Amino acid sequence: MKAKIVITPKKAVLDPQGKTVQNALALMGYTGVGAVHVGKYLEIELTGADKDMASRQIAEACHKILSNPVIEDYRFEIE
Amino acid sequence: MNFAVLQFPGSNCDQDVVHVLRNVLGHSARLLWHKDSSLGEADAVIVPGGFSYGDYLRTGAIARFSPVMDAVQRFAADGGLVLGICNGFQILCEAGLLPGALIRNRSLQFRCEHTFLKTATADSSFTSRIPPDKLLRVPIAHGEGCYFADEETLARLKANHQILWRYVTAQGEPTEAANPNGSLDNIAGICNEQRNVAGLMPHPERASELILGCADGRLVFESMIHALVGKPVALAT
Repeated sequence: MKAKIVITPKKAVLDPQGKTVQNALALMGYTGVGAVHVGKYLEIELTGADKDMASRQIAEACHKILSNPVIEDYRFEIE
Repeated sequence: MNFAVLQFPGSNCDQDVVHVLRNVLGHSARLLWHKDSSLGEADAVIVPGGFSYGDYLRTGAIARFSPVMDAVQRFAADGGLVLGICNGFQILCEAGLLPGALIRNRSLQFRCEHTFLKTATADSSFTSRIPPDKLLRVPIAHGEGCYFADEETLARLKANHQILWRYVTAQGEPTEAANPNGSLDNIAGICNEQRNVAGLMPHPERASELILGCADGRLVFESMIHALVGKPVALAT
């Protein structure tokens, strides 16, 4: 199994990287580009077979260390 | 006084802090490896600057799970004085010992320059020796020093006078131009509600001797020493 985790800055948090990428896209002539949010993507290989347990563990790890709930949101899927 | 200065893989201001405490201020300071699970006989703990664990994942995110941090948590819970400088501030926020978080500078630039700090309150063990209206000239060196907290937390910080220092102009005004990283409310340093744990992004240890151009940073350490003198020495666990 594999956990695929996406971590993004919370909406209320200043995201200067996203803003800079957005400006660059506009400068390059891409029209119709709105706000950009730059986050992180993690892939974690899992050795167990119990998907529910893996899901609980990944949720806990996301909350404790992989993301900082003060500034980031996370979502993940296990496949 | 006995200071414990933590050392993580990637800390790089630990020796500077020890130098200031020992050779400039004449106190005892000892380096403590991050794998140590006890603080020994420590009256205060300094979490120094650097790039612990290469700043991987987030600044301070991995360091905060080092064994020594459990001892720091207990020490802080018992009322011990803990000061985090730069990466140390980031670690204390990640550890939940201080509210909020430090994110990428608004400019996206690593900023390495002198700043002026205005002390917002003398009512703390980190600011009590700083004369009212004195601006501190202390350098910063960071890429992720933009202080962020949600509105409710920020309101609480203000109401409880937990904001200790703000970035200001040479005239003492907290303007946007004086804010090197985009921190909310020009915040450079804060303390916890119990006022025994504090963190700041600027480096007082780099401004504690006149040969370095400025000695204003000494006042932060001298405030801590002043707070500790006369207090019964607690044995840390």
